[in-house]
Amino acid sequence: MAKTALQFRHNDREVAVFVEGGDSLLVALRDGVGDHSPKFGCGQGGCGACTVLIDGEAHLACLTLAETVAGRSVQTADGLKTGPTLHPLQTAFMENFAAQCGYCTPGMLMAAKALLDHNPNPSRQEVIEGIAGNICRCTGYEPIINAILSVAARGGALRA
Amino acid sequence: MPVSVKTFATVPEAASALSSERGARYIGGGTLVMRALNEGDLSFSTIVRVQDRNLSAVRASGGRISIGAGVTLAQILRERDLNFLHAVARSIGGPAVRNMATVGGNLFAAAPFGDLAVALLALDATVSVQGGYGVRDMPVEEFLAGRDRAGGSVVTSVSFERPSAEAFRYRKIARVKPKGASVISLAVHLPSVGGRVSGARIAYGAMAPTAIRAKSAERALEGRMLDDAGIAAAVAVAAEGTSPPTDAIASTWYRREVAGVHLRRLLLGQEA
Repeated sequence: MAKTALQFRHNDREVAVFVEGGDSLLVALRDGVGDHSPKFGCGQGGCGACTVLIDGEAHLACLTLAETVAGRSVQTADGLKTGPTLHPLQTAFMENFAAQCGYCTPGMLMAAKALLDHNPNPSRQEVIEGIAGNICRCTGYEPIINAILSVAARGGALRA
Repeated sequence: MPVSVKTFATVPEAASALSSERGARYIGGGTLVMRALNEGDLSFSTIVRVQDRNLSAVRASGGRISIGAGVTLAQILRERDLNFLHAVARSIGGPAVRNMATVGGNLFAAAPFGDLAVALLALDATVSVQGGYGVRDMPVEEFLAGRDRAGGSVVTSVSFERPSAEAFRYRKIARVKPKGASVISLAVHLPSVGGRVSGARIAYGAMAPTAIRAKSAERALEGRMLDDAGIAAAVAVAAEGTSPPTDAIASTWYRREVAGVHLRRLLLGQEA
């Protein structure tokens, strides 16, 4: 099958890659763009490790047909930092020991960013709902919830 | 293995591509079709998609509500007109899945998924399907019974009468909170005339390969009051006609055993 050219905004930069028919956005990002921050976890929509933002909304890259992001904006955990400065969520994850093996972290960060972008001051329950689609097998979630809440309390999401 | 992707501007074009090509499958939000591809499903070689904003429209006229097949669960949560479906939409997936998964796709989700279809079955929804022959409307019950033979057609919308407040209730039992697949999901529509149930519809998810109605329980409730005696009559036959799967979530035995318990709690209006 012929490869198709695909253009989209990746972390505020225009990119163009070739995709094969049926390739997921995750494949386009990892193999095409070279952004390895979104992870392949379950491939079924159950784990959230591949969570990215498409036009600001959380989506699962592994279940997104690559073609559907043509001309749209895709944000990944790789684009959270500004130069050498980490995003407040990334700093909070470090300070709260919210990552152990780290495999869920990029997806957790993007789910948390989507949550805080829409709801800058969520309740604990709203944070739990916000990351309900993301599985972490290390931390027991409490450090992650605390990290997100600490950013919310500081208004960090509004700055970033 | 790569598949070919065909994008159409209109639903009829997509339907004719689907009916003329073997191995073509329609993609909505991707949560079913991309999942199948990720798992190495080789039963289709072409993906057909449609870019038509009409598929994402929610229309309310008079008491009737029509929801486009491409409307996402997240969109349902943003529509005040659909507030009675908010608990249903919120019970499905996490935020990312809800941003992708569509109303049309939910009709094709195999047990233990497809909780929205359970609600649509209780609401006696009509499914509009575009085939090579034209558009056809059918009751959701008929659609679900024949959905595996629905190749060559595209679901365009679902529609139903807005339920009166309190008449529609929904409950989903999952082992993981706040997000998990259904042990069982239940939706009931219980219109009443003079305090007595008239035209009850009770639907279950994860109690058969598709959402099904609990017709014995419906009959038991008909003309009764929603009191202890009326509810007990329905609960006694709650699992009749069901054929729940044994899967990672629960066993056939367990699902049949607890169906009545959860139906009772739902009819009593107890919190989940």
